[in-house]
Amino acid sequence: MSERPTKPVREVVEEVYRTESRRVLATLIRLLGDFDAAEEALHEAFAVAVEQWTRDGIPANPRAWLVSTGRFKAIDRMRRRSRFDASLAELATQMESSIDDAQENTDESIDDDRLRLIFTCCHPALSSEAQVAMTLREVCGLTTEEIARSFLSSPPTIAQRIVRAKAKIRKARIPYEVPSETALPDRLDAVLRVIYLVFNEGYSASSGESLTRHDLSAEAIRLGRLLLELLPDAEAMGLLALMLLHDSRRAARISGTGELFLLEDQDRSLWNRDQIAEGGKLVEQAFASRQVGSYTIQAAISGVHSQATHPTETDWVQIVSLYDLLMQASPSPIVELNRAVAVAMRDGPLAGLNLIDSVLRRGELSNYHLAHAARADFCRRLGQTAEAEAAYERALGLTQQKPERRFLEQRLAGLQDHS
Amino acid sequence: MKYLLFCCHEEKKLDSMSKSECDALMNETWAYCEKLKKSGHLIVAEPLEPIQMAVTVRARNGNVSVTDGPFAETKEQIGGFFLINAIDLNEAIQVASKFPSVRLGTMEVRPVAEPERPGAKTEPCQDV
Amino acid sequence: MKYLLLVHHNEDAFGKMSETARKKILEESVQLTHQLHTKRQYLSASPLHPASTAVIVRVREGKPFVTDGPFMETREQLAGYFLIDAKDLDEAISIAVRVPGARIGTVEIRPLIEISGLPTG
Repeated sequence: MSERPTKPVREVVEEVYRTESRRVLATLIRLLGDFDAAEEALHEAFAVAVEQWTRDGIPANPRAWLVSTGRFKAIDRMRRRSRFDASLAELATQMESSIDDAQENTDESIDDDRLRLIFTCCHPALSSEAQVAMTLREVCGLTTEEIARSFLSSPPTIAQRIVRAKAKIRKARIPYEVPSETALPDRLDAVLRVIYLVFNEGYSASSGESLTRHDLSAEAIRLGRLLLELLPDAEAMGLLALMLLHDSRRAARISGTGELFLLEDQDRSLWNRDQIAEGGKLVEQAFASRQVGSYTIQAAISGVHSQATHPTETDWVQIVSLYDLLMQASPSPIVELNRAVAVAMRDGPLAGLNLIDSVLRRGELSNYHLAHAARADFCRRLGQTAEAEAAYERALGLTQQKPERRFLEQRLAGLQDHS
Repeated sequence: MKYLLFCCHEEKKLDSMSKSECDALMNETWAYCEKLKKSGHLIVAEPLEPIQMAVTVRARNGNVSVTDGPFAETKEQIGGFFLINAIDLNEAIQVASKFPSVRLGTMEVRPVAEPERPGAKTEPCQDV
Repeated sequence: MKYLLLVHHNEDAFGKMSETARKKILEESVQLTHQLHTKRQYLSASPLHPASTAVIVRVREGKPFVTDGPFMETREQLAGYFLIDAKDLDEAISIAVRVPGARIGTVEIRPLIEISGLPTG
């Protein structure tokens, strides 16, 4: 029955685990109505697989085999426990009677289960931290320890977050459903936010010695691909494009000693051309859908940078107009700040300085180190050394990230050398 | 006249109690509820899931925001509520002060404004 | 599954609204209870008198203490409640969104503990 009879069964099971375990879990959660029961059933099914597949050969459809084995195991366990709790007996009978439906698990319904799992893990009734932890553990299959390591947290903290989230799903009865059409846009936003949060945690870690944690970014890109495959939406496309385009600069962004290179200082030959091409294509597709959202516009901006083989060739006119579009789609002080930097590149540092000062005057970004770093840079270019120095000092006082601090310190030292 | 009694306590305090202490408190509460039901005072008695299970909803200009957790962080949390009939505030206070939970936390007594309402479910107890 | 919707709003701001606007909000709430009733989602609902009418009761060492409330000093005050029966949290959320209080204040959704054998049914 096996396609590769030469491979030891254990290896085949491991491979099936890698490729199928999340799908099987997503379906088991629907069938059993409970995350913990489904996880237990999943592990039991794989344990049985090692034994039974060695004896009887590998089934034609391992996924369907695992789902039905996991389900029978769960019902078995419930029956055993029902000796102590009568209500479980009824539940077990109920589950058994609906077993025939399980045979109708088409690929389509399994895709729906994966979407159900994603939307449930990213439900707005869960805190943002819980959404991230649940998504990484249940959808991506990361262990609690791996998640803790990625977020510089302790395994017990993450474990407790997951236990609480599951309790809330059960007790507040968060449905295992793809949201209705009216709720879908908002709920999809929440999913995209979680994916982007995971990506950013990997791309620009908020604290610590190392500036990027590649595993998380790769995981986020994988998630982005999965979501797009399951739900072809323009913003899901835009987000995947944005992540790919950012990620394409990974090798050029950090020096061998962990220093941060700004876009203009990066060795552009190190950029990953395949990722740039794929990202660019996705941006085009998303724009063609005419439902252009903020991820798509951000990806488009990133794409313009990617097209320039040298910083001086950057099409700042186009970038500023994309920022204008972004200000309409999702206005925020951060977007305003980035737009100011782009305007400075188009029209000179004075224009940028005026724009930044008007944002800072409103007080919204006064504690954001990058706003002061940008201001410092404009002042430096305008020859206002004292102002620049003060702004670099201010920026330094606001960031804990070591590579960013080193970068700002170097700029500050350079300023003092010239004066 | 109807009053809504909100049973408030620090959830942390309840968590630190042993299971047998908790059970005793619950049993005492249900026994008292039974008595109030017989006397025609009690209309509804419902315990609530802990505050971690709360969800907060706001709608502004057609935008709906759904967030996790309660609407405000407070020292004590609402752990359950009782809807009662009482002649006046004094009687409501008397009823409230005999709930076992007021030894641990507090009971907030709120007079209910009476609008027209559908159905018979919230009509005063038939056995008054 | 039962959910309690706690409707909070800022009483000062509500008091400053015109009489007709307040009346409209109340009417809308009453309408909502009727809509819920036809779909068997309605259990109980009521506006509350302002928080200034609240009384706090506690008993310490056998002695009752009665003070004026409300217990929680917050920017928004509890103004009413809806007790509903919904299939799941998403249905409860979709009902909460229709509560007029969600537009001018906040609706907190609290799932009820399901236990059998309570004196009231």
